[in-house]
Amino acid sequence: MLKIEAIFRPERVNAVTDALTSVGVTGFHYQNITGQGQQQGVEVITGRGSQTATRASVSKTLLVTIVSNEKKDDVVNAIIESTRSGDIGDGKIFISEISDIIRVRTGETGEEAI
Amino acid sequence: MDSGHTAWMLTASALVFFMTPGLAFFYGGLVRAKSLVNTIMLSFMTICVVTIIWTLWGYSLAYGPNVSGDPLIQGIIGNFSALGLDGIRWDPIDSSGSFSGSGVDVLFQMMFAIITPALITGAFVERFKFSTYLIFTIIWITLVYAPVAHWVWGGGWIGADGAGALDFAGGIVIHITAGSAAVAAALLVGKRANPGLQPNNVPYVLLGAAILWFGWFGFNGGSALLADGYAVNAMLVTQISAATAATTWGLIGLFTTGKISGVGVATGAIAGLAAVTPAAGSVNPLGALAIGLGAGAICYYAVELIHRTNLDDALDVFAVHGIGGLWGCIAAGIFAVESIAGVKGLIEGSFDQVWIQAYTSIAVLIYTFVISYVILFVLDKIPGLGLRVSETNENQGLDLAEHGEQAEINDGAN
Amino acid sequence: MDSGHTAWMLTASALVFFMTPGLAFFYGGLVRAKSLVNTIMLSFMTIGVVSIVWTLWGYSLAYGNGELIENFIGDFSLLGLDGVAMMSGEEDSISPLYDVLFQMMFAIITPALITGAFVERFKFSTYLIFTVIWITIVYAPVAHWVWGGGWIGDAGALDFAGGTVIHINAGAAAVAAALLVGKRANPGLQPNNVPFVVLGASILWFGWFGFNGGSALAADDFAVNAMLVTQIAAGTAATTWGLIGLFATKKISAVGVATGAVAGLVAITPAAGAVNALGAIAIGLGAGSICYFAVELIHRTNLDDALDVFAVHGIGGIWGCIATGIFAVESIAGVKGLISGSFDQVWIQIYTAGGTLAYSFILSFAILFVLDKIPGLGLRVSESAESQGLDLAEHGEQAVVNDGAN
Repeated sequence: MLKIEAIFRPERVNAVTDALTSVGVTGFHYQNITGQGQQQGVEVITGRGSQTATRASVSKTLLVTIVSNEKKDDVVNAIIESTRSGDIGDGKIFISEISDIIRVRTGETGEEAI
Repeated sequence: MDSGHTAWMLTASALVFFMTPGLAFFYGGLVRAKSLVNTIMLSFMTICVVTIIWTLWGYSLAYGPNVSGDPLIQGIIGNFSALGLDGIRWDPIDSSGSFSGSGVDVLFQMMFAIITPALITGAFVERFKFSTYLIFTIIWITLVYAPVAHWVWGGGWIGADGAGALDFAGGIVIHITAGSAAVAAALLVGKRANPGLQPNNVPYVLLGAAILWFGWFGFNGGSALLADGYAVNAMLVTQISAATAATTWGLIGLFTTGKISGVGVATGAIAGLAAVTPAAGSVNPLGALAIGLGAGAICYYAVELIHRTNLDDALDVFAVHGIGGLWGCIAAGIFAVESIAGVKGLIEGSFDQVWIQAYTSIAVLIYTFVISYVILFVLDKIPGLGLRVSETNENQGLDLAEHGEQAEINDGAN
Repeated sequence: MDSGHTAWMLTASALVFFMTPGLAFFYGGLVRAKSLVNTIMLSFMTIGVVSIVWTLWGYSLAYGNGELIENFIGDFSLLGLDGVAMMSGEEDSISPLYDVLFQMMFAIITPALITGAFVERFKFSTYLIFTVIWITIVYAPVAHWVWGGGWIGDAGALDFAGGTVIHINAGAAAVAAALLVGKRANPGLQPNNVPFVVLGASILWFGWFGFNGGSALAADDFAVNAMLVTQIAAGTAATTWGLIGLFATKKISAVGVATGAVAGLVAITPAAGAVNALGAIAIGLGAGSICYFAVELIHRTNLDDALDVFAVHGIGGIWGCIATGIFAVESIAGVKGLISGSFDQVWIQIYTAGGTLAYSFILSFAILFVLDKIPGLGLRVSESAESQGLDLAEHGEQAVVNDGAN
């Protein structure tokens, strides 16, 4: 079982969730985050005049989903296809192993609980 | 000089002023969070720019003959006699009990000129260049708003001195012009990359609608231009129509979706307010109920219909203000009561007034559309201007791109 | 008694009242999210405290029947508003009690304006004590000087709606407070909520029609002119600020435009009874550009006047007072301004504004210096309270709760 965490442009969120649904992913959660990558921060006006500062607060969306190992390529491709623009700031995908899942209602564990 | 009338007109001017910030929040709540500041600024900056234009030449072009001289073109446009508000009368109210040509006239009409371009902005939020908008506003006030205001209220061909159309508080001058210009703007700027209404803050929408409703008492009640029985009737029918339209919208929503949406009810209230605006000086409370009922139902289906077309009028300016204003203008002819309006409406058996209302409204609709389209078309072609922001900026949101600001910052950084 | 004048003045009082909640949101939007409630409360609580002080002794000290010190301060003849007539006499156009109400709203907003200098780090309880003392020994005398029969009014200074009494006064006290409370651990302007800033500025603008229009004390030609020039100056100053920002940063910042509007409103305040529409455009143009560069300049100094109270209200107020002398039109003001060739009025405006500035700064500094030394009081919150934010530390509240708990 793999945890896939994807950071991407916020305006892509509907495309990503549609793509995930179409490859059979049933559950995920996402949140608005801010941070910076190669895109660096965003320039904001501080003070009320000509002073500006760079804040490390580029808006992104972080989506997390758990999938079985064999679905990995489908899911990763779905995310890439729905988020890539080719410009700086398209985001990143992190994949990690997780050791177990428990469904609270039934007590099922492992892949059955995905 | 009558202090009571002056007191009411000063109060009404302040109330109408407050409508534009209300509109800023009404529109601001309806857009995506990344363009909230931009949407608010479109309205707020309109207050600032139009104030200057109105002082320098707007008032003179619309109402110059109130101060001195003859119109430049009889029935069509005012003159240059009051440029920079030169020569406006110092006493607010003259011996005949009229404010016309005084500071009250300038101030009260200024607030109307301010809100009209701000209404248009709803059509092109989330994608319009801010600096181009400011230039557009200056030209639009000069070429569209000032002439139309002159036609209806400045002694031109539509108002009491001309065709005799009933437009008590600006159904034609404000709502039909704004709705028509909105279509031109939405056509030329094009669809958003991601159309659809996704309100980022429903409480802001309701706050904004409530401030608009509050200010509308000055808008319609003040348009009696005196603290008299007309003002009382105008405020009463305003309240009735707004509430009826909001309830109607809510109930239609309830039957179609099983739910009553906050945004829907707020929109219904605005539709009712827009519709009763031209009629506030000619109908009685029962007429206001009918107008509200019509506004709620007609504007609801207008929104539904326009969403099925390819026109991305983002915040439904045409459906609410254009169609609402049109309905109100015609309804003013239908439900006019002779004891209030001085003319018979359709319910009293005369079709004349309906016909006058219809052709004057349509004429303004067409004039505004054509001129607005031309202005925007030209601005689009001027190098360095253009109507639309870049695709990157649209995706990133206009708050950072145009204003260097983020609406809300909650993180602990700094 | 004239019902029309009374109706307008009652409306104007309510409008001026609404300005202080507006200021609460204007300031509230500009601070960091962790001190939003505190900043709103600094203004809101001022409404409560000053209403009491004004009723008990403030009004009497400013506008009492006699003078304790000639040309300087009122007396104790109207303590608790005892003896203020409710019914008007034959010669009154409005009820004498009315003056108490309208002037109270002005007394309320002045200390609230000062709070912008020391947000995010000032002890709330000390602020309340400061307000009680400040209204007594700074605001009441200065109001007496200008409007109560004191030396500034006698000198013939033009201050229609409070450029010296409210704005210069608040601006000077803001510098004293910012100096004594010291810099924040982390200075700089980081608005947590730009819509609140615009909402607050809009409410201020709306209320300012009562502030300036009501200062005619009647629904007459002066009120009309005051409202008109108020609108024009505010619109011009906001546009000016926005355009300077556009040239400097390629962007028009909402916080900047809102600040510009307030600067224009401040500057037109003393002049609203003396200038015409074109004078208002000039004053707005001046306010937008002068206050813009004042903000830039003060940000380069070591003074942490957090929300630019001195740059906007102090400098804006001074510009407005001097501009009143420059652009005064004889048919409105009754005296000639510099544009009509007379320098006299400008000189009167300058020295009276300077006198107020110096008095307010010295007294405010002394009050705060003493409060800082009193055990158990002190001006500044603890370092941990400052970094945690004053909402939790001073009020036990969080501005916005979004989690699903409860």
